[in-house]
Amino acid sequence: MTALTDDTLPVTPRAMRDEMILFAVMALLLASVPFTGVYPFFVMQALCFALLACAFNLLIGYGGLLSFGHAMFMGTAGYCSGHALKVWGLPPELGILVGVAAAFGLSLITGYISIRRQGIYFSMITLALSQLLYFIYLQAPFTHGEDGIQGIPQGHLFGVFDLSKPTVLYYVVLVGFLAGFLLIYRIINSPFGEVLKSIRENEPRAISLGYRTDQYKFLAFVLSGTLAGFAGALKVFVAQNASLTDVHWSMSGEVVLMTLVGGLGTIFGPVVGAFVIIAMQQYLAGFGQWVTVIQGSIFVICVLTFRRGVIGEIAHYFRRSM
Amino acid sequence: MQALYAQLLVGLINGSFYALLSLGLAVIFGMLNIINFAHGALYMMGAFCAYFLLNLGGINYWWALVLAPIIVGIFGMILERTMLQWLAGLDHLYGLLLTFGIALIVQGVFQNYFGSSGLPYAIPDQLRGGMNLGFMFLPVYRGWVVVFSLVVCLATWFLIEKTRLGAYLRAATENPTLVRAFGINVPRMITLTYGLGVGLAALAGVLSAPINQVRPLMGADLIIVVFAVVVIGGMGSIMGSIITGFALGVIEGLTKYFYPEASNTVVFVLMVLVLLVKPTGLTGRAA
Repeated sequence: MTALTDDTLPVTPRAMRDEMILFAVMALLLASVPFTGVYPFFVMQALCFALLACAFNLLIGYGGLLSFGHAMFMGTAGYCSGHALKVWGLPPELGILVGVAAAFGLSLITGYISIRRQGIYFSMITLALSQLLYFIYLQAPFTHGEDGIQGIPQGHLFGVFDLSKPTVLYYVVLVGFLAGFLLIYRIINSPFGEVLKSIRENEPRAISLGYRTDQYKFLAFVLSGTLAGFAGALKVFVAQNASLTDVHWSMSGEVVLMTLVGGLGTIFGPVVGAFVIIAMQQYLAGFGQWVTVIQGSIFVICVLTFRRGVIGEIAHYFRRSM
Repeated sequence: MQALYAQLLVGLINGSFYALLSLGLAVIFGMLNIINFAHGALYMMGAFCAYFLLNLGGINYWWALVLAPIIVGIFGMILERTMLQWLAGLDHLYGLLLTFGIALIVQGVFQNYFGSSGLPYAIPDQLRGGMNLGFMFLPVYRGWVVVFSLVVCLATWFLIEKTRLGAYLRAATENPTLVRAFGINVPRMITLTYGLGVGLAALAGVLSAPINQVRPLMGADLIIVVFAVVVIGGMGSIMGSIITGFALGVIEGLTKYFYPEASNTVVFVLMVLVLLVKPTGLTGRAA
């Protein structure tokens, strides 16, 4: 079996410097958005999905595990944050904490179950678990079934930042996204991340070297799920609702698509992919179900001809990891 | 008791669909090393095919039972020749992603033209009505679906496990290079295998058309349940797929009677339990 990413480039100090420059450029570009007149809601939404895709990419790109149920973490965190904010009246920082804690708990359970099988079975199990959760949320009283939790108050973060002001909210979401992104970057380049990559490349060999690969994969799963939950908790403040679409399998599919388009196993790929897919949905919203057809076509084209993704192709051309 | 038997029957019917679909998935996975995410969409195409044959061509149910699997099977073989074959040697996950994309395209196109509501398909005259079995009332069509599915499943099992063609197939699953060296056209066999698996899905679609309405998304949720069935049963054994499919259908039916709230989730919960107790699945070898 060939690895998912066919060219692994060495991480040199120079490459890391380049990545930090790229990160600074990205942060500056995103920070200047409110001054450009671009609709901030669109960018905020894209940032939440970008973080979700980055968290998903941590698992597939560096651990070789394709989760087809990552929407369950986003949806669970969204429901729990939304409930805490609206019904319990908690302040935003605690609301986020509740959502992240719920995603953490969920990833402990689902990780324990799904990590028992590899490869294709892992994907099917995560998909089935997310469908199980979908039906639970459909019937549970606190999620309000088909209606979802609507009109979630945004409140004041730390009692200071008024999140109902779009610009304030934008910067809060941006800081959240950048923090999550940096954390993932740190994980990838840590000794833990290196072991994870070795498991992706050749699991039996990693085992023979004495690594308990199951524990590494489990930890990667929990980190990924918790970060996906953080993305979901942030999204509650942007969308002000939590609904069943966030836990549906089609949402999990979209996350896969974003990462695939941007480049599996690249650092910036999921961000680019998220912006591309969200922009596409925005512009093609009037075409109804043709959006699904176009998404399917992108899947097919990417898998057949464009497996490295946008950033992966650029990185391959410049022989750099990005 | 009547309600219990009725739910058991519904369970058996769902079990027939699980068995036919997971059987096709197992056969395809054996030869192509691909989990066919498009299986649900192709099942839906089978049902639509029967609908078109009846309403546009005036071709009745019995012919649809033969023609729809062939038509959809040919469509599947075209997919295999034009797309899936290029994935040989790549990670399994790409096959999953590609077929997921195909499923989105097919379901999206049908949704555009037929919306999300269901189209009716009448039960053929010969299979209308019901029989009184003394302990319950059996609608003839439902009984027919269970019996016919069972026959098709066993025939597929016989074809793969007991005939010469099946022996080639199993050999090519184990070692395609060696089988090619014996002068057998393995790529053509792969194409035909995919066609067979897809044909089984389409056949299930035709069978379900008169029971569940013909809808563009009829296969979308079903395929996820079938994935859970496959995880429970493992894909190593044909008979294992058949038995697990029917058994899970019956368990689902019983759940509908005793605790209806859990009927949507019981298969997934069972999957979790099986993974906790025996991670390789009931009949599967280590992956």
